[in-house]
Amino acid sequence: MQATSRDFKDNAHQAIKDEQLQQALSGLPTGFAAARARARENLPEFEQLRDIGRDIKDHTLAHLDLYLAEFERRAIAAGSQVHWAATAADARRIIADICIKADAKLVAKGKSMISEEIALNEHLIKQGMEVAETDLGEYLIQLRGETPSHIIAPAIHLTRDQIEADFRKAHDRLPAERLLNEPEQMVAEARAILRQKFLAADVGITGANFLIAETGSTVIVTNEGNGDLTQSLAGTHIVIASIEKVVPTLEDASTILRLLARSATGQETATYTTFSTGPRRNGDPDGPGHCHVVILDNGRSEMLAGAFRDVLRCIRCGACMNHCPVYNAIGGHAYGWVYPGPIGAVLTPSLIGVREAGELPNASTFCGRCEAVCPMRIPLPKLMRKLREREYGDGLTPRSFLIGLKAWAWFARHPRLYQMGANLVLPLMARMGARRGAFKWLPFAAGWTSYRDLPSPQGRTFQKLWAQQLQQDQDQEQEQEQEQDQVQQQNRLLARQPPPEQQASTGEAGSHGEAS
Amino acid sequence: MSKTSAKASAASSDARHAILGRIKKSLAQSPDGGRGAATQTDAQRLATVKARLAAHEVQSTLQRVAKSPAQLVALFRSFLEGQSASVIDVAKPADIAAAIAQYLRENNLPASLRMGDDGYLAAIDWSSEANLTGRYGAATDSDAVGLSHALAGVAETGTLFLASGADNPVTINFMPATHIIVIRQTDIVGSYEMAWDRIRKAYGDNTMPRTVNMISGPSRTGDIAGVLVRGAHGPKDICVIIVKDD
Amino acid sequence: MPRQSMPQKTAHDAALTAPRVGLFVTCLVDLMRPSVGFAAVKLLRASGCHVEVPAAQTCCGQPAYNAGDKADASAIAKQTIAALEDYDFIVAPSGSCAGMLKHHYPRLLAGETDWAERARRFAGKVHELLSFLVHQRGITDLGGLNARYDGRVTYHDSCSGLREMGIKAEPRQLLAMVEGLELVEMHDAEVCCGFGGTFAVKFGEISNVMVEKKTVNISQAEPDLLLAGDLGCLMNMAGKLKRQGSKIAARHIAEVLAGDLSAPAIAAGAHDECDGCKSRKEGG
Repeated sequence: MQATSRDFKDNAHQAIKDEQLQQALSGLPTGFAAARARARENLPEFEQLRDIGRDIKDHTLAHLDLYLAEFERRAIAAGSQVHWAATAADARRIIADICIKADAKLVAKGKSMISEEIALNEHLIKQGMEVAETDLGEYLIQLRGETPSHIIAPAIHLTRDQIEADFRKAHDRLPAERLLNEPEQMVAEARAILRQKFLAADVGITGANFLIAETGSTVIVTNEGNGDLTQSLAGTHIVIASIEKVVPTLEDASTILRLLARSATGQETATYTTFSTGPRRNGDPDGPGHCHVVILDNGRSEMLAGAFRDVLRCIRCGACMNHCPVYNAIGGHAYGWVYPGPIGAVLTPSLIGVREAGELPNASTFCGRCEAVCPMRIPLPKLMRKLREREYGDGLTPRSFLIGLKAWAWFARHPRLYQMGANLVLPLMARMGARRGAFKWLPFAAGWTSYRDLPSPQGRTFQKLWAQQLQQDQDQEQEQEQEQDQVQQQNRLLARQPPPEQQASTGEAGSHGEAS
Repeated sequence: MSKTSAKASAASSDARHAILGRIKKSLAQSPDGGRGAATQTDAQRLATVKARLAAHEVQSTLQRVAKSPAQLVALFRSFLEGQSASVIDVAKPADIAAAIAQYLRENNLPASLRMGDDGYLAAIDWSSEANLTGRYGAATDSDAVGLSHALAGVAETGTLFLASGADNPVTINFMPATHIIVIRQTDIVGSYEMAWDRIRKAYGDNTMPRTVNMISGPSRTGDIAGVLVRGAHGPKDICVIIVKDD
Repeated sequence: MPRQSMPQKTAHDAALTAPRVGLFVTCLVDLMRPSVGFAAVKLLRASGCHVEVPAAQTCCGQPAYNAGDKADASAIAKQTIAALEDYDFIVAPSGSCAGMLKHHYPRLLAGETDWAERARRFAGKVHELLSFLVHQRGITDLGGLNARYDGRVTYHDSCSGLREMGIKAEPRQLLAMVEGLELVEMHDAEVCCGFGGTFAVKFGEISNVMVEKKTVNISQAEPDLLLAGDLGCLMNMAGKLKRQGSKIAARHIAEVLAGDLSAPAIAAGAHDECDGCKSRKEGG
């Protein structure tokens, strides 16, 4: 998929102005967030599972080469062919070759983010094949020539009306007067149309949520069952999976599965979790005759060495983007590549470079919700900050921003000049802003005041007022001490005088008496 | 092997070598200090991996399945019903045929079942349901109802484990719009791991049936504007028959 | 501003009873709204602390840190540590600055032999104001401060305060001690307001979408007053409310707890009927 992450700000602007998108975004991702919260409440072990899941993945990554080799051994023993692809181009070539050898006219596809990453569909189409996406969300966006905007719900950005219009346009052989405004009707229509694709497909391509080293199995997780029909009906099944998908045992997969659906959509479990191990066996009445597993690197082996290794724990649940206020404001397409939201903000620059995608990790307030909900405890804000460090180090930070930043840092390191400068500017600002209390506009502050008022400062710095206060208190203390000294002195003087003869008034004697 | 496939497999083998080599190199360089690879010898790493695979230790257990067998069955049932599956209890195997026939009648379904060679299903006494017909083998697009036998049921999420084969062809799980699944009560266990243990016992260590389907309800989608609809590609309805079988 | 005399304590007394708190003012409080700082001092003293405010402090260094400029961030961190490390506690009226000092200074300086341990020791003594009052000082009432507010208040949970410093129950516990105050929770109180420091300016359009969602939630709760523990968030939300012509006032929670509503609310004009006046009129 061609990346447009460079144009993030423009993309985001378009997204914000897109009323239909904003309408679609207003409910759905936050619905997932509420559902996840319920699922978590329903499972006392949830937090503990996150720790265990993280540890399973960390252990696996630390022995990734060995687990991949073991997976390959078992998969081959079960009758699968295993291929290794260092780059996206290699993977495309390998898959196209398999399809050509199978004389494939029609290729059915289950949902696979990796297939998006390597731009598989266009490549197969160029070789003269028809590619049918079967996941309903993927089908919807295929009709529109769009890319997925969410890794779990690819068509989350579409409204009901848009989908109806697309169906009427694409399914033009069906009676025009048919009713199509209810989701049930649209699903029934898609089911019928795609059923024919399943039946006619020569090759079925799926991704894999897991590769199980212990048994050589590939695992897919769906609610629809489309992945199962994709891989069971065609003569050839191809699995495309990246290297970090492998886990050691069925028990490891079971633990992570406990986190996956709950984190993604709040379901206790997805409807279908399928473990496939090899092609049709003797006596099997159905199933693919040939099974291929294509293992893809595409930059991940390098990530193991560095600060971004934690990203390889990702299980593609989508929780981060469901909870991200930035994603909820702009949707997935604005991120410009396969992976949107917080995971995209880290994975995209890691895979395609900071120069291309450096803006993505900048577009975050570091609110921390992503890290708070990631089932694999990936420290996403920390990783985004690291990417910002890389950008800064590479001199890619925009000039005007850099100037402001450096100026601020300089003043911050010179407290006395900072105070002096502030106590020159602030009183002016305060005088200007006092009546209304805020500025509708201020020079150099257009980035702020374009959208909101800027509250007026109170007019002096705290430090200045505090110093004044301290001075006042000191003066007051001094005064009090001086008074006390005077009184004591007077008393001493009086003590040396002979006591006044009966002429002294009671008041005077009394006041003298109290003076000490 | 043809010349092109020989070339292809050589290229793949080179890539394999390169990828695994890069992984190993990266791990040795990595700044994690102690998470494993950087500080261990090849032999140590291999021993760790072998041991972990052989032990396949359970990594997590849920309190919710610390229950009696009867409670687990109840939990199993409640999850399935929560997913809009029909759950029918049957006191003994002899009652299965009648239960199925009644379900078909109640739901206006044809009296015809697609099924495999499963021994347990074959042993069902169909004689009381003379008009019920069976078609055997892989499912076709014209099958309205499929019948399978699950090898295990897991109470923690109301999940059925079905293994593919001539006994229970996998297409029966997905093609017909209605799927009836028979499960023996004694095959209902607490956790996923318990089901995997049964599979290991039945098929051997490191060996799996060609497909294991974990099924937790009818097919569904929320892709049309977030509205949940059943029967996206797989069955619209599933009916689980729990057989006491004592 | 009410005059407060410094407590007359001998060193002996102080060692026995009053912990020495170094106040980290924060740049926003220092520059924009000193009354928050004075409210914080009042609260800390009322809880039995001796408070000092070293002059050699400006900013916590977050803008540089979050922009990837570790060099400047480290220099500022060292300045801050040097100014405040000798106090028993370092307290800041801001979850985000406290988080920076407590969690990020040690990470920032972990690689420097002289500073790593100093930063760790320093971090161990850093507290956010509300959390400090509740957990360290154990205050159970605000009686002596005439804390009173006759109206509806809603509270925004600032992200760093919530997720870095774990602050959620504390502000609510403290607000329950304010006479007359009715706390109403808004929908999505924990969702980011869109400030994010420089984010609000760099990605103004996205920030605006976020703060608009926030003001919808604030308005739906129908409060008289919006409170939070972070001035950045407050300036963002108050600025948006003002632009929308809303009558909802905004203050830092410390101002209400300290019983000092004399300053105009954030973004409120000198002659606006402020919530403070309103509250006093209603018999506060």
